[in-house]
Parts: sequence; C-alpha cells; structure tokens
Amino acid sequence: MECSISDIENKANILRLDVIRMTTEAGSGHPGGSLSAADMMAVLYFRVLNHDPSNPLWEDRDRFVLSKGHVAPVLYAALAESGYFPTEELITLRKLGSRLQGHPVRGKVPGVEMSTGSLGQGLSMACGIALTGKIDKKDYHVYCLLGDGELQEGQNWEAAMFAHHYNLSNLIAFVDRNRLQTTGNTENAMSLDPLPEKWKAFGWNVIIIDGHNVRQIIEACEKAKGSKKHPTVIIMNTVKGKGVSFMENNADFHGKTCKPVEYEMAIKELKEVIQ
Amino acid sequence: MSEKKKLAQRDYYGKALATLAAKDSNVIVLDADLAGSTKTSEFKKVAPERFVEVGIAEQNMIGVASGLAASGKTAFASTFAVFASGRCWEQIRLSVAYPKLNVKIVATHCGISVGEDGASHQALEDLAIMRALPNMTVIAPADAYETYAATMAIANYNGPVYMRLGRSEFPTIMPEDVKFEIGKATVMREGCDVTIIGVGQMVANCLDASEELVKEGIEAEVINMSTIKPLDIGTIYDSVSKTGCCVTAEEHSIIGGLGSAVAEFLSQELPSPLTRVGTYDVFGESGSPNALFEKYGLTAADIVNAVHRSIDKKTEMKQ
Ligand SMILES: Cc1ncc(C[n+]2csc(CCOP(=O)(O)OP(=O)(O)O)c2C)c(N)n1
Ligand SMILES: [Mg+2]
Repeated sequence: MECSISDIENKANILRLDVIRMTTEAGSGHPGGSLSAADMMAVLYFRVLNHDPSNPLWEDRDRFVLSKGHVAPVLYAALAESGYFPTEELITLRKLGSRLQGHPVRGKVPGVEMSTGSLGQGLSMACGIALTGKIDKKDYHVYCLLGDGELQEGQNWEAAMFAHHYNLSNLIAFVDRNRLQTTGNTENAMSLDPLPEKWKAFGWNVIIIDGHNVRQIIEACEKAKGSKKHPTVIIMNTVKGKGVSFMENNADFHGKTCKPVEYEMAIKELKEVIQ
Repeated sequence: MSEKKKLAQRDYYGKALATLAAKDSNVIVLDADLAGSTKTSEFKKVAPERFVEVGIAEQNMIGVASGLAASGKTAFASTFAVFASGRCWEQIRLSVAYPKLNVKIVATHCGISVGEDGASHQALEDLAIMRALPNMTVIAPADAYETYAATMAIANYNGPVYMRLGRSEFPTIMPEDVKFEIGKATVMREGCDVTIIGVGQMVANCLDASEELVKEGIEAEVINMSTIKPLDIGTIYDSVSKTGCCVTAEEHSIIGGLGSAVAEFLSQELPSPLTRVGTYDVFGESGSPNALFEKYGLTAADIVNAVHRSIDKKTEMKQ
C-alpha cells in the first residue's frame, strides 16, 4: 500500500526524532545535514524506492548511495523505520561494537550499499551501479544524495561528465542545497552558484524544488524516472537543521550534538508535530 | 602514572600559526573547510588576508599550495590526515615532493584516536605513504608543546614536510619550552635492557610502560622519534647497540610506518630482535579512543608485552 503525503511528512519527522536521539546519545555526529535531508529520505524509503527490506540484496532493487556519508544517522533511521533492522538498535550509533558506524559501511548494515564518509566519491560509485544496470538491461534506478559543499570536490564533476557520456538515465542525484558547510555559507567558502547552470552544462536534466515539500519531491522523482536519455539532478532548496527551531540555518549544528536542555527542547518540538 | 597536563596538539598548532602570522608575512595558510577543527582558524584571526579557503577540495588545495610555494611563499595546507595524505597523494608527489617545494602539509585527526567517526576517518597508513615519497620530511610530534616547536621549525625549513597531529587531548611529556630539530630524536629515559622507540601520542604510553617495567627490574631506554624521515639512525644505533633489542610503538599500521623504518635500518646495519606495536593490517572502527586503544593493542600494557617478547628473543639468540 502506498504511503500518503501526510504519512510521509509524519515519517520524516519520525526520522528527525530518531536522528536527535541517536546523535545526542552518541555525543557526536552530524545532526544538521541529517535533518535537512529527512523529507527526501522519507519520500525515498516510504514511497519511491522499489525495495524489499526483508531481502536487502534482491538484485532488481533500486539502489541508494549516501555520498554525504556524515549524515549516516538519517540513513540508519530510514533503514530501521522501513524494517531493515530493529529501531532499538539505532541508539548504538558510534559505540564500540555497533554495526552503526560513524559513517556508512557496505556489508555491515543491511541496506547500506556503499562505504562513504570521504566526500565527493559517492556519485562515481552510483555511476558504476547505474552502468551495470544499463549493461545488464535492468530496470532499477540508482539514487544518490550529495551535499552542496560536497560539490566542491572535483570528482563529482568527473562523475557528472561520465553519467552524461554513458547516458545514465537511470541515475538520479539529489543535491541538499542547504547553503551551509562546516565553515559556514557555501558561497563564502567556495561559491557554487549558478549551480543549476553547472549541471545543465554537463548535460543533466535539472529539477529545482523545495526540499521540504513532500509532494514536490515525489513529483520530481517521477519526472526523473521518466527520463529516457539523460541523468537527472534534483536540486533541493533546504534548511540545514530543519524541524528543530534552534538548529535551523545554524552552522554550529553541522557537527555538534545537543546538550541535555537542547535535547529536551528538540524532542518536544518534534513530538508536537508527530501524529 | 604521570600527572602531566593534557593538551591537544592541534590547539598548539593553531597557537604556533598565530605567532607565525604576526612574525612572518611570507606564510600563507590554506584550508579545505575544516579551519575550526584543524585550528588554522587561529591564523585567520591574525592574518585573514593570508588565509586561503579552498572549499572541500583537497587536491586543488595541494596544487594551489605548490604554486604559492613556487612563487616564493611558505604554504601551510591543513585538513584531516586521511584526506591530507590519501586524497591528494599523487598531487603531493608531483606538485610538491618532486619539485621539492616549500609546502607544509599539516594533518590533524590522525590515527585511531579520532574515535567515533570510524574507519573512514582514521588514518593508519599516512606515515607509510608519505615516507615513501622522495624529498618528503615526515614529522609526528609527541605532544602539544613539541607540536608548537615543530611548527616553528618547519616554517624555517625550506622544503616539503608532512606533519601528523592528533585530535584529542593527551598528556604532555616534553618541557613547555622544548626546542625542535628536524631529524633529531630525543632520549626520554635511559636504560640498558631494551630500546623502546615511540612516535606521537604513543611516546606517553612508552613512558608509562617503562615505569611498569621498572617494577619487574627491566630498565628500558625510551626514545621519542618525532622525525620519522629522515630517521635518526645514529640515536637508534647507539641505543640498540647497548640494549640488544627493540620495540617500536605507533598509532599507525605496522606496515610502512615507524616500525618498518626501524626494521629496515636494524636488519641492514644491526640485526636485533624487534617487536612492533601498531595496528595489524586492519581498518579501525567507531568507539571511544581509549576503548579503541585497548581493542587494537596500543596501550602501555601492550608495549610491556612487546618488551617481554623482544627480551625473550634476545635471550634465545644468546643461547
Ligand atoms: C574529502 C572530505 N573532506 C572533508 C571532510 C570533512 N567534512 C565532513 S562534512 C563536511 C561539510 C559538508 O558540507 P555539505 O556537503 O554541504 O553537507 P551538509 O550541509 O549537507 O551537511 C566536511 C568538510 C570529509 N568528510 N571528506
Ligand atoms: Mg550543505
């Protein structure tokens, strides 16, 4: 049964709650970029992905590569909430012996396709998986989530060129355009604008949406899946830290977790919007 | 055990950079979106006009640094050790090491003490791959004070340097006003039964181990090998000639780092029993630094065990 828009919106906030719990319990990790991607992750895992949590290695599954591996918490939350492993395990994040490593590790957690954490490498990996799909005449799609700051790594643009050259229409990239990276505003660190024009120049279909509007995310995915020739990038305008007032647009919460009082406030705000 | 002050090396790197910013107008510092973590932000506060942000683009950072150096600047480039050594290794090889340019690659967040971020962020092979490059000087200070002195020393040296620093606070073991000479090891403690050579954060563990060994009647000579290349072979030769056996200790793989460097020298010039403490050809994982030091065999107790092994071998060989 297909999840409704309001179900997905609710799921997104559940993922946010998981992220706050996990990172606070761990005392380290990256909440800001996890929260900005929560709506897109909820759309993927509860609506768009053709996957089977009880059979994570099903060969016709859609694939998802988390290129910005530091937001592992939101990936783990989405995997657990969709049934890949028990949600109770989420709070073991970053602890010695846990499967839930600080950055995703292929083969360690069901549903994690690739090892990431060093920025700029995921789109190339996704290209390889998409190319296999083309060679083997498979119908699956490959989704890849990129940070905006991450796009400063040159390898992304090598991959972008490759995807166009090999007509990887089965490849769909998301850019979490929250305009923040570790040191602050992306445009101060190393300007990315005009970002859509860069992707267009590399031959990609470009769709620009509000990354916190579930309907727009779904429609963008449907449009992207219809592409016959070109890879598609969905540039999501987002707010880093979305859903927790004091974290929103606050670069400090890129790699910092909640103190006890902040934790209480965050949980309260999120519980108010969860049905 | 020691009640030494615990300080983070990266903080003292930041302090040294701030001093250099005021003192030497030729110094330029490059950052790849981690200034707050590597502490290059301290340089920016004093000399913002000579602080260059490159974004998340380590390969470009090294290329730009080489160009700055080729036109007369002293370029410091910093990021986490995995990225500083690994992501741009071939850029370092061609743009910096080959033309012998004045670029200082100062890498923070080395080794398994990075902790919770996990294996993707734990550089355990950087000494090996940097040491393999001709013209490269490789330094890993033992504490925060030595980091300050080493930063000033490499700023005065004209040529490529890779310097490895830790993230977390750990005990200081050198005097606050320590002087640093590139290529010169420090004998921290004299002894005649075994030579223990440590590097970086592990030197403190070597000293702790030597205190344990005293209780067993074993007198260890402890050496801080803060320059791994060029290796201070004179100090090693003198010490191992006296003690007859050796242990190395590093927060790094046993492949290619300090242990390998010492093994290469001893096997050719002074064959002696050697036991290497380090990670044994594995990636790390998430966990607290202390728990990881235990799990991966990097504690003072592990060094004590290694000493027993080397001394046993020495005894066997005499029989
Ligand atoms: C190659 C590499 N360089 C540096 C880092 C350290 N780092 C982790 S996250 C981050 C900033 C990422 O910003 P962005 O891509 O915009 O992510 P988001 O805002 O979505 O969190 C940096 C520099 C890294 N993980 N990998
Ligand atoms: Mg961002």
